[in-house]
Amino acid sequence: MKIAISASSPSLDSEVNPRFGRCDMFIIADPKSIDFEVVDNAGESAGGGAGISTAQMIAQKNVEVVITGNCGPNAHRVLSSAGIEIITGAEGTVRQVIEDYNNGKLSSSSGPNVSDHFGMGGGGGHCRGKGKAN
Amino acid sequence: MIISVASGKGGTGKTMVSTSLAASIKNNYNVQLLDADVEEPNSHIFLKPVFETSHAVSINVPVVNEDRCNHCGKCAEVCAFNAIAVVKDFVLTFPELCHGCGACSYLCPRRAINEAPNQIGTVETGKAGSISFVQGKLDIGQTMPTPVVREVKELTSREHIAIIDASPGTSCPVIAAIKDSDFCLLVTEPTPFGLNDLKLAVETVKQMGIPCGLILNRAGVGDSRVEEYCQKENIPILLTIPLDLNIARLYSKGTTLAEGLPQWQENFKEVFRKIREITGERNSST
Amino acid sequence: MKEIVVLSGKGGTGKTSIVASLAVLAENKVLADCDVDAADLDILLDPSIQEKHDFAGGKVAFIDSKKCARCNICAQVCRFDAITDLKVDPLNCEGCGFCSHVCPVDAITMQPSFSGNWFISSTKYGPLVHARLGIGQENSGKLVAEVKRQAKIIAQSTGASWIIIDGPPGTGCPVISSLSGASTALLVTEPTLSGVHDLKRIIEVCQHFKVPALVCINKFDINEENTRLIEKHCQSLNISVAAKIPFDTVVTEAMVQGKPVLEYTKGRVSQEIEKLWNAIDSL
Repeated sequence: MKIAISASSPSLDSEVNPRFGRCDMFIIADPKSIDFEVVDNAGESAGGGAGISTAQMIAQKNVEVVITGNCGPNAHRVLSSAGIEIITGAEGTVRQVIEDYNNGKLSSSSGPNVSDHFGMGGGGGHCRGKGKAN
Repeated sequence: MIISVASGKGGTGKTMVSTSLAASIKNNYNVQLLDADVEEPNSHIFLKPVFETSHAVSINVPVVNEDRCNHCGKCAEVCAFNAIAVVKDFVLTFPELCHGCGACSYLCPRRAINEAPNQIGTVETGKAGSISFVQGKLDIGQTMPTPVVREVKELTSREHIAIIDASPGTSCPVIAAIKDSDFCLLVTEPTPFGLNDLKLAVETVKQMGIPCGLILNRAGVGDSRVEEYCQKENIPILLTIPLDLNIARLYSKGTTLAEGLPQWQENFKEVFRKIREITGERNSST
Repeated sequence: MKEIVVLSGKGGTGKTSIVASLAVLAENKVLADCDVDAADLDILLDPSIQEKHDFAGGKVAFIDSKKCARCNICAQVCRFDAITDLKVDPLNCEGCGFCSHVCPVDAITMQPSFSGNWFISSTKYGPLVHARLGIGQENSGKLVAEVKRQAKIIAQSTGASWIIIDGPPGTGCPVISSLSGASTALLVTEPTLSGVHDLKRIIEVCQHFKVPALVCINKFDINEENTRLIEKHCQSLNISVAAKIPFDTVVTEAMVQGKPVLEYTKGRVSQEIEKLWNAIDSL
């Protein structure tokens, strides 16, 4: 099985990135063998809904668990719908977090741990709003 | 005639000017005041209208027919705003991110997406004595004021002298408020902040091809750089209102200048006359 | 590291003037001017610009006239009146990309739209991140987010204890963007009915996004009855009124001199701002 950890740099010694939707990259690892791949987070620069696009990307990688610092309600909703377990409040290096996970020291969260717009805010697009009024 | 009131800088006195102007000319004209500062509408405090109608302003957001949907993910792919997501057997919509562009429902290969209105604000109308009153208000937590401003503008009456109170700044809700007005009254104060933001506002109305004039508010403290700038740019200063604790107190109590210090009514009538002159000249020269 | 964003709801209550004075008092901080639509903080801080960057707010559709088949389907689907005579009006274009998806000859591409600049400057009070949004541009909050992001990067690399943010007026996108991730919101209000009305709305926004707030009543002596109204309202919501600053033309005089009022004079206004900072610092 695979777990995805939000990261700031492409190695196991990277600090866990505190934001799910706006992190630079993910380390997707097999917690048993510690084999891993680095996946860029293209959704990081989205105007709005970064968590949503990032969650969809992760869901396509056949990941079963996400480990991160903070996860907002939109991302949480998408990940939960995909059946992915979400662990928030993680701190330390990616290597440390994988070890903690294997030792059963991490527990999954039941809901988002930050309110929406936590990571960056800034609605997408031009906010000129819709065309024809209703 | 449509007169918009804008500023660049916040707190310069737009609302005080628009409501005092409306109150000063209401006996000679049919006046309509439209409050397009939909994030913080305040004109009602001064004109105290009795509201008669209220309707919701909505954006059309997608509603997915799960029976037809095969979770191909095309909608999520085309959405530029991440307002719709597809994972496994679920389609999730995020109405607060939706801009109502309609791409998802049009492009769904299974025609599985319909649109339904999602409220983002309200527009209310009423009367303040003989003044027709329109107010837009963006719901708390909503992010996009411009559609609400647009709906306020739809109610602009060409049968009236319409005065539009805009929000501070020069970005798109302000553009929507002052668009198609015949004249823009810019209100500022004679301070470095006032000058800095006035320049932005002047650039904006010039780009939109709308003639403008200045109301210099809280004159007395500050410096003369705003006046010098106006002289240089040929922007007429139509009225100067001094920094005066009495005026400030009237404002703090929600009283227009026209009501609280009736001698000011003549000054605002003069402003209106000058506006008519300037716009009349423009029309006759084209 | 704590982040405080100064907001008001109503414009012109004194946010920028107060932020400039907080800049004098706070140690080890990074400053950010998030009123990107009408940025004024730099007028008081005498910054020297170290970096200037272009900012692309979103995307704008572009029709390649050489490929265009003149079928006009793009204009038919566009809900923002952005396509006339087979040309895109960038001021109206929402950046949704609908047209680019329906064009039968792939003549439409979505391109980044340049909408302003952001700057990193040095001031004698510390680093300042600020921005200028282009005229008539959309203020979607994305430029605000970029200013905050850059401020955070600097704060992390310098080990700053504070990020102090001069926020925009209103309650929409740019305000929400400036609020996100903040530890506290300082709400500057004035004792006018408009100020009270708008304060209530901005308090609601802070509650909606779960950012704790404290209030400062500026020019409080213009109307002490309204000041009491504000105090009562704040009490009912368990929001502290951390300072009450008297009206004094010295604030404008300092602005004309291009200085924060705290550097210009040591009178009552400065004393109240010091009191305000002590309240913030002890949170």
